[in-house]
Amino acid sequence: MSAPLSLYVHVPFCASRCGYCDFNTYTATELGDDVRRDTFHEHLIAEISQAARQFDNDTTVETVFFGGGTPTLLGADALNELLAAIEDNFAMAVDLEVTTEANPDSVDPRMLEQLVQGGFTRISFGMQSSAPHVLATLERTHTPGASSAAAKAARGAGFEHVNLDLIYGTPGETDDDLHRSLDEILDANVDHVSAYSLIVEPGTALARRVQRGEIPIPDDDIAADRYELIDDRLTDAGFEWYEVSNWATPQGQCRHNMAYWSNANWCGIGPGAHSHLDGRRWWNVKHPHTYAQRLGAGLSPMHDEEHLTSEQQALEKVMLGMRMKHGIARADVACTDGELDELHDQELIELAMIDDEPRVVLTRKGRLLADYVIRTLAA
Amino acid sequence: MSHQPDSGSWVPGATDASLIRNFCIIAHIDHGKSTLADRMLQITGVVDDRSMRAQYLDRMDIERERGITIKSQAVRLPFSGSDARTYVLNLIDTPGHVDFTYEVSRSLAACEGAVLLVDAAQGIEAQTLANLYLALENDLQIIPVLNKIDLPAAQPEKYAAELAHIIGCSPDDVLKVSAKTGEGVADLLQTIVDLIPAPTGDATAPARAMIFDSVYDTYRGVVTYVRVIDGRIGTRDRIAMMSTGAVHELLEVGVISPEPQIAKGLGVGEVGYLITGVKDVRQSRVGDTITTANRGATNPLGGYRDPKPMVFSGLYPIDGSDYPILRDALDRLKLNDAALQYEPETSVALGFGFRCGFLGLLHLEIVRERLEREFDLDLISTAPNVIYKVQMEDGKELTVTNPSEFPEGKVATVTEPIVKATVILPSEFVGTVMELCQARRGSLLGMDYLSEDRVEMRYTLPLAEIVFDFFDQLKSRTRGYASLDYETSDEQVADLVKVDILLHGDAVDAFSAIVHKDKAYSYGVAMAQKLKELIPRQQFEVPIQAAIGSRIIARETIRAIRKDVLAKCYGGDVSRKRKLLEKQKEGKKRMKMVGRVEVPQEAFIAALSTSEAATKK
Repeated sequence: MSAPLSLYVHVPFCASRCGYCDFNTYTATELGDDVRRDTFHEHLIAEISQAARQFDNDTTVETVFFGGGTPTLLGADALNELLAAIEDNFAMAVDLEVTTEANPDSVDPRMLEQLVQGGFTRISFGMQSSAPHVLATLERTHTPGASSAAAKAARGAGFEHVNLDLIYGTPGETDDDLHRSLDEILDANVDHVSAYSLIVEPGTALARRVQRGEIPIPDDDIAADRYELIDDRLTDAGFEWYEVSNWATPQGQCRHNMAYWSNANWCGIGPGAHSHLDGRRWWNVKHPHTYAQRLGAGLSPMHDEEHLTSEQQALEKVMLGMRMKHGIARADVACTDGELDELHDQELIELAMIDDEPRVVLTRKGRLLADYVIRTLAA
Repeated sequence: MSHQPDSGSWVPGATDASLIRNFCIIAHIDHGKSTLADRMLQITGVVDDRSMRAQYLDRMDIERERGITIKSQAVRLPFSGSDARTYVLNLIDTPGHVDFTYEVSRSLAACEGAVLLVDAAQGIEAQTLANLYLALENDLQIIPVLNKIDLPAAQPEKYAAELAHIIGCSPDDVLKVSAKTGEGVADLLQTIVDLIPAPTGDATAPARAMIFDSVYDTYRGVVTYVRVIDGRIGTRDRIAMMSTGAVHELLEVGVISPEPQIAKGLGVGEVGYLITGVKDVRQSRVGDTITTANRGATNPLGGYRDPKPMVFSGLYPIDGSDYPILRDALDRLKLNDAALQYEPETSVALGFGFRCGFLGLLHLEIVRERLEREFDLDLISTAPNVIYKVQMEDGKELTVTNPSEFPEGKVATVTEPIVKATVILPSEFVGTVMELCQARRGSLLGMDYLSEDRVEMRYTLPLAEIVFDFFDQLKSRTRGYASLDYETSDEQVADLVKVDILLHGDAVDAFSAIVHKDKAYSYGVAMAQKLKELIPRQQFEVPIQAAIGSRIIARETIRAIRKDVLAKCYGGDVSRKRKLLEKQKEGKKRMKMVGRVEVPQEAFIAALSTSEAATKK
């Protein structure tokens, strides 16, 4: 018997900050001299060996995910070193999935080959759009076409799985722009697509531009239309949605993300990274400088933690499960039959028998109103 | 040196009426009344310099801390006059706002004179002017005083001329003081002795005393403030309220100076307090005449009136479970507020609440604020309403204080109350205020220049037009310089209709309004637009309609929501998203269901707040 675990490694660096991004990531100028990028992986390695001690011996790492930031800014050697450190400290599953996020302009064919040799099996590129004016609004630095080129190169280098991220509903984006982005994606021979509607996060440069009236607020109705457009095109091309914002070919689902959504156990390494183990959640200090200091002093980088009540765990189960294609078991529904019927009448949910179990799943209309459905089901 | 004499003439109940001067201070809210009263306490020696607290007479907070509410409604001050005799000056407080005209008139009726106190940097305000007219109607001797002459911005010459013009005296008769520094206050006290007549009354006649204030105290019950006109009220008397005939034992008689001092009685011209043990100010009403139960007077003093609410509004707790707290809170406030009326009311939109009657809009605001502050309640108040008399074609007549009572059938006429309003403003704003008053169906009665650049305008206006954000509009159009006073005067027939607001086909009672026919359309459009902005999109399309009877006069549509899902939910998002959900679940408790439509409390509050401000955006 082994206890499965997923590992997330957060690399808090970006070459430049995109205007819409509110992630815990920093440019070289933002960090100054306090945190050195070229040796930062040593702190991560320190945390990996520290973290391993709190898991039972029968723990087996099934998936590893390097996110950020832009992990590939560390270089292939450092990434491979990190993966090796994980292998030194944990038992690894045979069919290990190892993903890294990447910017199209932060990789080259040689680096991709090195990563595959190091054990990476999956890569995810932030493509966002093919339209130059959309990329400009998002303050993305790569050029149109770079993403599909990078995706093809990754396939060529031996990556089993390649994902492209898409952002839709950006002010100024037209249906035609989106069609061209999808053309590029389908041309790139990837097996996974994540599509996110643009969210104006408070505190971002984009939010300030919206506030100043320079950019209109992205319209939810347009976003809904675009979502349907994306779903139609991807479905026609042989992809299947398996989470509200994720589509994959039959073998292309990201197992690491599935672990999040099925409320499995995972361990987050790096500044601000979150962890979950059997109803306990904890997270690290956010700033790379504080993070490095803690580890340098031999201390845990944990910032705070929460122990979930059974009520909160039930809420999370509905919240995460409903976003997925297989939904939640009928037995986990907390609302009244009347409320369930109403969701059904509104064509937001369907009842399905999956593996001999009655389950509640989202319709396509329901996917777009998943928050309302979840609120109702969890009541 | 202490001014406190120990001679018999000072003892309450044995003071020679010729040594008594009863007066009040008429002033606008920030013109320095409290500071002047403080200075008078200090100069007459009833409060020594060390224990002098700023604004001694205005000590609401201290009262609250101590759990007592004996206010200095009337303070008895000894004053050694220039003739070396010790006078008793009774300073009687007057309620300071527009809705309490009647209470002010009773305070004035307890006095022979009034100090008209005006800020030398601002000049007279409408409300002060209105109270001045009341004082003149009561034949009070007016002593005009300019305060704050120490201010750099003071214009004593200009405002002395203004006061002289209004009262009809010479500018030289206007005293100039600084309550802050004390300059001129001793002279003012001497002037009070010299100019204000001593009370006259028949010491041998049956006792008659007028109630000019009545305050509920947690420990003592109702404390009644009286001015004795004739005869004497002694500790051993049983007293009778002449409006009801109710008889009470006297537990205590005394004067305030400025702490309560128990006395053996109160004689002609004296001012003091009585405690009988009654628990509700309704049993001891302002304006009523008190006499002795034995050998009592047969004719009450004139001028008694039952307090009559003029403005009605529904008060609802935002959290429905607070309803019992609101009920208890109203019961408590009622003990101290004879004019407050209320009865339970149910609203489809707002749940359980109370229909409350107030003397006016400010009274409403004061009550609401006290409920929220002292009882920690969050309340929604519906748009204020006046009393309409509706005459049906079949001859039936109805009184309507709530739009929901407005009849469906054939209405012959609707009668609404009107008020006489006085606005004092800098002359440069005359045009814009005229526009405002005209838009509010006002008619100009007259206009006077108080000085070169200050104008008094007199209007009749429907009360309904005043109770709805008129004051805010007036202030914003005059950069805060205009002041307003009004008194109810009459009623008129007007072309009034009820506009209903329908949400998804269901009328929302809280948004119904009785408005003039010419304004029905704009009210409907404004309300529909406002609700469209305030109500979040639902799972289905929601029409918002404004209707007069079955006729739709305006329509807006809230489109069905199509997308609410957050795009991402990975590891670090889980806690954040769960907390958001928990918050939304909490928020749902604050949602009211109108039919199938979920309306956030905030939307009701925002929609019920002044509508013009919102439509101007």
